[in-house]
Amino acid sequence: MSLNRLLIAKPWIWSFAATITVWIVTVLFTGGASSFGLSQAALTFAAFSVVVGIGQMFVITLGPGNIDLSVPATMTLSGTLALKLMDVQDGMIVVGLLASIGIGLIIGIGNYVLIKALRIPPIIATLSMSFIVQSVAIWSNRGLRIKPPETLASFATSSLFGIPNVALVALILSIIAWVLLEKSIYGRWISAIGQSTFAARMAGIPVDGTRLVTYMLCAVLASVCGYLLASFSGGAALNMGSEYLLMSIAVVVIGGTAVAGGNSNIPGIWGASLFMFLVVSMLNTYGFGAGFRLILTGLIIIAVILLAGGRQSLR
Amino acid sequence: MKLSSGTIRLIIPAASLVLLLAAVFYMQPRAMSYTGLNLLFNLAVPIALATIAQMLIMSVNDLDLSMGTFVSFCACVSATFLQSSPALGILIFLGAIATYALIGVVIYVRDLPSIVVTLGMSFVWGGIAVLILPSPGGTAPTWARWLMTAKPPLVPMAIVASILIAAVTHYIVMRSSFGVLMRGVGGNDRSVERAGWSVLGLRAATYALAGFFAVLAGIALVGLTTSADANIALRYTLLSIAGVILGGGQFVGGKVSPIGAVIGALTLTLAGSFLSFMRISPDWQIGAQGAILIVVLALRLALNRLEKREKSQ
Repeated sequence: MSLNRLLIAKPWIWSFAATITVWIVTVLFTGGASSFGLSQAALTFAAFSVVVGIGQMFVITLGPGNIDLSVPATMTLSGTLALKLMDVQDGMIVVGLLASIGIGLIIGIGNYVLIKALRIPPIIATLSMSFIVQSVAIWSNRGLRIKPPETLASFATSSLFGIPNVALVALILSIIAWVLLEKSIYGRWISAIGQSTFAARMAGIPVDGTRLVTYMLCAVLASVCGYLLASFSGGAALNMGSEYLLMSIAVVVIGGTAVAGGNSNIPGIWGASLFMFLVVSMLNTYGFGAGFRLILTGLIIIAVILLAGGRQSLR
Repeated sequence: MKLSSGTIRLIIPAASLVLLLAAVFYMQPRAMSYTGLNLLFNLAVPIALATIAQMLIMSVNDLDLSMGTFVSFCACVSATFLQSSPALGILIFLGAIATYALIGVVIYVRDLPSIVVTLGMSFVWGGIAVLILPSPGGTAPTWARWLMTAKPPLVPMAIVASILIAAVTHYIVMRSSFGVLMRGVGGNDRSVERAGWSVLGLRAATYALAGFFAVLAGIALVGLTTSADANIALRYTLLSIAGVILGGGQFVGGKVSPIGAVIGALTLTLAGSFLSFMRISPDWQIGAQGAILIVVLALRLALNRLEKREKSQ
């Protein structure tokens, strides 16, 4: 009984249980030889999903209909422009980071202006915005592949005490996000808005300001992720963000955040991101082709949500 | 003169389509011909069908993120099985439609978010499509090719097809009792349930119907392109959602408009041609498409305000 209550109170336990299962199954297949390399790769790639996932989570917490589809375009634009600005000079690393944060802020404000001023549903507003952002990225990229500065590239690809640096960055960002969500007034506000916007407004919560900040936060996290990803993979590519659109939504939901809003959790995003990467690598080690891999990934997402959905009906 | 709110909601999509068309004709008078119109709107037919499918799902307050991959899957089946052994192809399509009905049931029974379930399904359809056609290829069934390239007198096929789609779906969604119930589920499923109808059955039927229209979209697409590819229609997911919204539909409340959805799909297709006539550099074409979307929606807002002001007077 108490175990049941624990599972209901901490929905993220599910995603971690699934992650550990998949990890064991994969390592068993390779006879234990790959356990370290696999864990490192999983942490690295999960880190990128975690950073965009946290942003998406804040937006989804705002309630039904709130979603940010401009995440991939923002990542691409920020990666492209930051690398262009830094121009392989180590001294410009901080400037590049600030520039990408600035890009995120502008895109976030743009998104919310469309939502608020034109009363466009967020899904369409962020979609239109992403078209425009993508165009700017195409125009500024021109097919050139600029390398990241030496120091930045080696920072993004190396690790500290066996833990990849990007995972550490993601961890720090998650802790900040956790404090924001659980301990700050801002976190209470977004949960309140997600549960009932009307009640929140009546209670005197600055609904518009909070929503604006949330969309800005999401865009900034996406652009920081784009900056890191471009440094990690040795250059920005125009399609570098594309897989993170579905990924950012999937990790949030599998991680146990309520899609209807008002209830979110950060540990679950880690569990789900690791899980999503490990599933793909498990299917790879078992030698499945691309088609089967996609089908199984889809079925697993549906299976997880079926199990998790049953949890909500218990309440 | 009194207009129903449904008619008013149609004015903006229709007006923006006419305006865009006028702009295209002004820049390229040669487009004002049978062939020109056919070329402009040809690709709109599969998009319109996919938009209708998305609209059906949206009428019961759900969203289908697997639309693009499902249409791609249908295109792959059309270009392979439906062409070589039609019976098997039709069987696969029936299975796919049954799967759609099943998804509708599962989403309702377990009270799941449709976005996530269809997100998962988008991987499944994409995977099956890759298995069927690992590399671009296949051949369109002769009849699909004939249908899509037919040249009826006076009005080009693309226009005839669009009007036909709009008329048929308008009848189903707005006039038939099934359509009323379906929109009722979107508006307030509890009252529909209490009135003695099976919400479960209605949702299954709505999803199946959406699956059917998506299958038609896949066949129509292959009829135009003559061959298929597992990624052929990925952008249809977002295009179909944008088309429904552009046509005056709403995400919740069962407020949808089939005629508006078809007009929305035509507008989106035309926007592409318009931009290439404007000689906008390819870099900015996607961005300009986003800008057009924003402008049209802003116009809609302005009209809504006008409508409200008239009501209050």
